[in-house]
Amino acid sequence: MKPAKFEYENAATVEEAVELLGQADGFAKVLAGGQSLGPMMNLRLAQPDLLVDVRRIKEFGHVEQRNGGLFVGAGVIHSAIEDGKLPDVTNGFLPFVAGQIAYRAVRNRGTIGGSVAHADPAGDWPTALLVLGAKVEIAGSAGRRSIALEDFQLGAFTVALEPEEVVCGFDIPALSAGAKWGHYKVCRKPGEFADSIGTVIVDPDRGFARAVLGATDGAPLMLPAVAERLAASGADGFGIDEAKQAIADAGATFDSYLTQIHAVALSRAAKGAFAQ
Amino acid sequence: MRTVTLTVNGEEVTATVEPRTSLADFLREERRLTGTHLGCEHGVCGACTINLDGVPSRSCIAYAATLDGADIRTIEGFDVDDVMEDLRQAFTENHGLQCGYCTPGMLISCRDIVTRLPDADEKRVRLELSGNLCRCTGYVGIVRAVLAVLEKRRGAAAA
Repeated sequence: MKPAKFEYENAATVEEAVELLGQADGFAKVLAGGQSLGPMMNLRLAQPDLLVDVRRIKEFGHVEQRNGGLFVGAGVIHSAIEDGKLPDVTNGFLPFVAGQIAYRAVRNRGTIGGSVAHADPAGDWPTALLVLGAKVEIAGSAGRRSIALEDFQLGAFTVALEPEEVVCGFDIPALSAGAKWGHYKVCRKPGEFADSIGTVIVDPDRGFARAVLGATDGAPLMLPAVAERLAASGADGFGIDEAKQAIADAGATFDSYLTQIHAVALSRAAKGAFAQ
Repeated sequence: MRTVTLTVNGEEVTATVEPRTSLADFLREERRLTGTHLGCEHGVCGACTINLDGVPSRSCIAYAATLDGADIRTIEGFDVDDVMEDLRQAFTENHGLQCGYCTPGMLISCRDIVTRLPDADEKRVRLELSGNLCRCTGYVGIVRAVLAVLEKRRGAAAA
């Protein structure tokens, strides 16, 4: 339960982090809050040769209302979002999600950028930021780029980051006043890794609707047909059977237990959205 | 090896540590602060919870070498603290511990609940305690202790 040996460097700026990662001899990992990487290193599931600490990069704490939404720096911790320290552009969705991540002691260290870059399927932000239609800003040796989250999340623990690139933050579109959201997480105990995450946003004023299933065995699963159905006719009748059918229609296959869990999460998220 | 300077229970400490040394091991082995307990060593059980820059954090998955400039407060640093005194008393009266292994981390989390959530009810207290495992008490005594301190402080605030 002790990590293997590693070297440690502290980056003061984004450029320095990119340079350190680019020069690394061997397997280098970015260290943000360390709330996922730390356990994986202690269990020796991850044995990086070098950790590049980005926690002191000031820019990563940046939060700004821009482009009709909110930019949230990659280093913003979950508990700050939980406590409503950011402007609320999502009708309470972001604080609701943040408050359900692991435990308070973990939320005090864990970061939104670390969660998305780590891409654990059971992580909360990969699913929640995808349903919002967020974009991720990335810095690398070629400069900055910004891509949609669905193009960033490729699979379990797999994202479209080059070895020297770091996640800088997220542009999160604001929800309209009349937007509906529902989010339902299935855990056997509060704070545990989720067995399923169902999440739904229907924002008629923006013509935006998304439904996403998280904690699958890969990247979060977008369910455009479900989003369309909910936007057109609400959640009436969207029970477990219809949710099961929708998941199957999307091409996902789970065993009967997981199919049930995922269908419950999805249908409760949909009903939750329209019960608001 | 890296040299870091951090504050531990109000005292400035400069130390040279291997990057892979956890804060918990540093506190226990180098500083002899054995009140911080190690259970699971992967951030789940909560036994190693300490205050880092004023808020509860896991010391088993934070590495000492990364904490230059940090302010650490372990259970030993709470000898003189109003809330902790109330909690210690309430733990005694309500049978909030048996073997005591989880207790240091439990007290740090309970102090956070009492100070951050003065209006917490039993359901909220139980939810907030979900990150600290106790294998002896079944939590009933711990929950009662936290509720007793919350009640006492609400009474004091109203008076």
